[in-house]
Amino acid sequence: MSKQIWAYIDHFKGEPLMPSWEGIGAAQMLAEKLGGEVVAVILGSGMDDAVQRAFHYGAAKVIVADDATLADYRPEPYTETLAKAAQEHNPAVILFPTTTRGRELAAMTGAALDAGVIADIIDMDVEDGKIVTTRPVYAGKLLAKAVAEGEPQIITLRVRAFAKPEPDESRSGEVISVPAALSEDAIATKVVEYATTEGGVSLTEAAIIVSGGRGVSNNPRLQPPPDITDENEIEVWRGKQGFKLIGELAETLGAAVGASRAAVDAGYIPYEHQVGQTGKVVSPDLYIACGISGAIQHQAGMRNSKIIVAINTDPEAPIFKLARYGVVGDLWEIVPALNEAFKKKLGKK
Amino acid sequence: MDFALSKEHQMVVDMVRRFGAEAVPVIREYDRKHEPAPLIPRMAELGILGVGIPVKYGGQGLDYISLGLVCEELEAADSTLRVVMSVHMGLCAQTIFHWGTEEQKQKYLVPLAKGEKIGCGAFTEPGHGSDFAHIQMTGRREGDYYILNGEKMWISLASLADYAIVTVRTNPEAEKPHRGLSTFIVDLHSPGIKRGDIKGKLGVRAGSTGWIAFQDVKVPVENRLGEEGEGFKITMSAFDRGRYTVAAGATGLIRASLEASVRYARERETFGVPIAQHQLIKQKIAHMARDYEMARALYLQAGWQMNQGSRATRMASMAKWFATEASFRAASEAVQIHGAYGYSDEYDVERYLRNARGAMIYEGSNEIHTLIQADYALGYRRDKPLRLELPPYDPEEWQEE
Amino acid sequence: MKIVVFVKVTPDTAATVKVDESGKVTWGDAPLVLNPWDEYAVEAALQTKEAHGGSVTVVSMGDESALEAIRRALAMGCNDAIRIEDPALAEDDSLSTAKVLAAAVNKIGDVDMVFFGRQAIDGDTGLTPPQTARLLGWPYIGLVSAFREIDPDGKKLTAERTIEEGRQVLSTQLPAVVSVAKDFGEPRYPSFMGIRKAARAKVPVWSLADLGIEAPAVKVRLPELMNPPKREVQCEFIEGDTPEEIAEKLADKILAEKVL
Repeated sequence: MSKQIWAYIDHFKGEPLMPSWEGIGAAQMLAEKLGGEVVAVILGSGMDDAVQRAFHYGAAKVIVADDATLADYRPEPYTETLAKAAQEHNPAVILFPTTTRGRELAAMTGAALDAGVIADIIDMDVEDGKIVTTRPVYAGKLLAKAVAEGEPQIITLRVRAFAKPEPDESRSGEVISVPAALSEDAIATKVVEYATTEGGVSLTEAAIIVSGGRGVSNNPRLQPPPDITDENEIEVWRGKQGFKLIGELAETLGAAVGASRAAVDAGYIPYEHQVGQTGKVVSPDLYIACGISGAIQHQAGMRNSKIIVAINTDPEAPIFKLARYGVVGDLWEIVPALNEAFKKKLGKK
Repeated sequence: MDFALSKEHQMVVDMVRRFGAEAVPVIREYDRKHEPAPLIPRMAELGILGVGIPVKYGGQGLDYISLGLVCEELEAADSTLRVVMSVHMGLCAQTIFHWGTEEQKQKYLVPLAKGEKIGCGAFTEPGHGSDFAHIQMTGRREGDYYILNGEKMWISLASLADYAIVTVRTNPEAEKPHRGLSTFIVDLHSPGIKRGDIKGKLGVRAGSTGWIAFQDVKVPVENRLGEEGEGFKITMSAFDRGRYTVAAGATGLIRASLEASVRYARERETFGVPIAQHQLIKQKIAHMARDYEMARALYLQAGWQMNQGSRATRMASMAKWFATEASFRAASEAVQIHGAYGYSDEYDVERYLRNARGAMIYEGSNEIHTLIQADYALGYRRDKPLRLELPPYDPEEWQEE
Repeated sequence: MKIVVFVKVTPDTAATVKVDESGKVTWGDAPLVLNPWDEYAVEAALQTKEAHGGSVTVVSMGDESALEAIRRALAMGCNDAIRIEDPALAEDDSLSTAKVLAAAVNKIGDVDMVFFGRQAIDGDTGLTPPQTARLLGWPYIGLVSAFREIDPDGKKLTAERTIEEGRQVLSTQLPAVVSVAKDFGEPRYPSFMGIRKAARAKVPVWSLADLGIEAPAVKVRLPELMNPPKREVQCEFIEGDTPEEIAEKLADKILAEKVL
């Protein structure tokens, strides 16, 4: 029997997350070098569509546990079901996307199977039949090679670090059904509700991020409405107007909106937008930093972006050391002009 | 000899440094507006206003060295924050701790140390700073009260404080003018008191510096600190603590100038290299590094003396003299290193420079300190024992709950 | 309630971390601090104690440098502390660490809640908290941003947590393990009284023998640490007479990179 390389498909309410397909791509690479077949693993309820898509993205087989107890991700039933399936099918490797659920489930499955887990890798290769991964440590200030002993090897892949394969809708394969491991009354954890926050593109998955810093409020010409008189509130109001500009450019580019810690702390924008050591770590293809000086903590969150563009009034700002393109100027002038330029060039209204 | 800070000292430093980082954005805003920054309640909440007083009097039970370290950290953020400690703790709370009766300590020191009330020291007058023995404000005894009349000027926290330590002339006939002075704890909410802030200051713009006018203000006899006629000695002992805190703070300002300069000199490039590689920039950095260590060694020695219960008059004066001059130099050189940027409030160094200047004038002008040090060296000046000495730091007693 | 919070000591976030010639990680003279994510866990643990009574024990695995983290947590208000050190723990991975921590929870006994920060800023794995939960056989709620209900008598816990899609509200049973996210709220400063006590605290050290376990096997190793490749970027400054001209040029440059 040939080795199985598993790619766990993370989903929310049955809709797979994009990075899950990157896992299938990575599994294909491993299957070529180690030998073996790519198996997608799907836990959920009503997952037929996800199963088909896993085939399109290149899975040879799909192991699926389709059960009402698995409708929502919860640590206990997912861990036990996945661990049981692994004990039965003995995969050599289980890949997860480093999403919130993926990281958690990888960790707990590793504990259940007494297997080593390597989190959040950005690269991997096979040397002498062994998988050697590369992962950032110290918030990306260093890189580490990481290897695990024994099987299965459980690895989580940094989102956007591995290429997503091209889907081919003609593909299909064998579906292997496995049972859910726990009955509902054996599961302590219940989902009470979801409270979704505002829409927009998720930061960690975004291919393009337009980010703002403390500098976005720096527009003394902007007159606040008459009911705002407090200096502090005026500054926050200006900051929010600045993020509106940033948001407009982001919309034109289909980008997510990021922020520096200074902008978040000042109250211009909620924490979920924060990029940096104590925020989100991102690696988009294009990162446009507006009014961000580029403190080391911010760099830790975005330095692996492919192309960095910096707009800042201070020519000495450290962000220019990372940037491919820089504009020394007022973001209040440059960002709207850039938005118009892109609208024209991209044929958007 | 042990030059190491204790674990406790290090943790105090970490905590106050964190507060300083939190305060800087607020300071920048208020300094620009030229208004007192609303940071005192936060300092009270964090217990900073009780550093240097035993727990049983509402304080934090931390020693005199901690007070110095706190001042260094505060002034590394902004001088106005350290000024709060100089006047609230150095001039007011610790003066009550030193000279007050048990009743005075319970009534005034406890709320001050807890940060529920804010204190200041009202000593200098429009015409009298350095020649303190000749102050003119009067206190006339009438039964169980003294009636205070006159004006105090250049008083930090004048518009914000609840209590002031005030020294006035109670005996105009005294043979030697300094023997005619007495010191009082005055509730600044009393009838007959008017006060306000001075505008147009060069520095400490995010803080309150002002005047307090007294017109027939009735102060009960039990609010007198020490004996009648002891006001000069009490005031001078208060200055010892004021100078100690100013010295420690100025040390923080040197450090802030040094850190800002090092950061900038490594980043900024001219002629294809970071300016840090130019020898004349190195020289400036070296001077700052040297002055920081010297200033720190001096104030810590004064703090250590106070902990031991020995007089720190000489060392506090020397530390204040050296540190404030060095801090002005450091801030000025930091502006120079930053070039044109340093001249604008884009960077903090221009604020450091404006703030540093005042400390060469207040708490004894540096000319006065020069003479004091000469007189000590020449044997013209000696510290005579006081009727009451500042209580030494005894960890067990200070931390008893 | 009996509460345990696990913490780790890490270099300060502002530290410049490098690999030196001998392959060792260095961060110059940057200070060691309580892992910044753990501050939120300590805050959440203390708030839970304040709301429901009981005590918070801070536990850290590591050599004496771990005292930096432990002291900070004590100064913030934790009641007591335990440090775990054993020569056999010189090497570790997330799972071996989780085994030791789970054993510590069992030894402490009658624990109602275990708190973790989301991850440590050095290793950055974020695996140990859920692994400890799984090893204990307790429910786990990761990345908690708020508690809706903690009922120590009814043994119930309801918490909001942050996921990619927004917020998820989960209820579960106590005892439980949680990790705390930054949006829980700003951690408190240490108090001076806390500092005085923390500076003098004698922290007991538990060995593996004290925990009654053998050294757990280490499965994940980091054979090599590297400085990231230097970004060979030379910033090309875009200039022009008007913002429109600059924007036009910049947009063309970006389009030519084919990242859109």
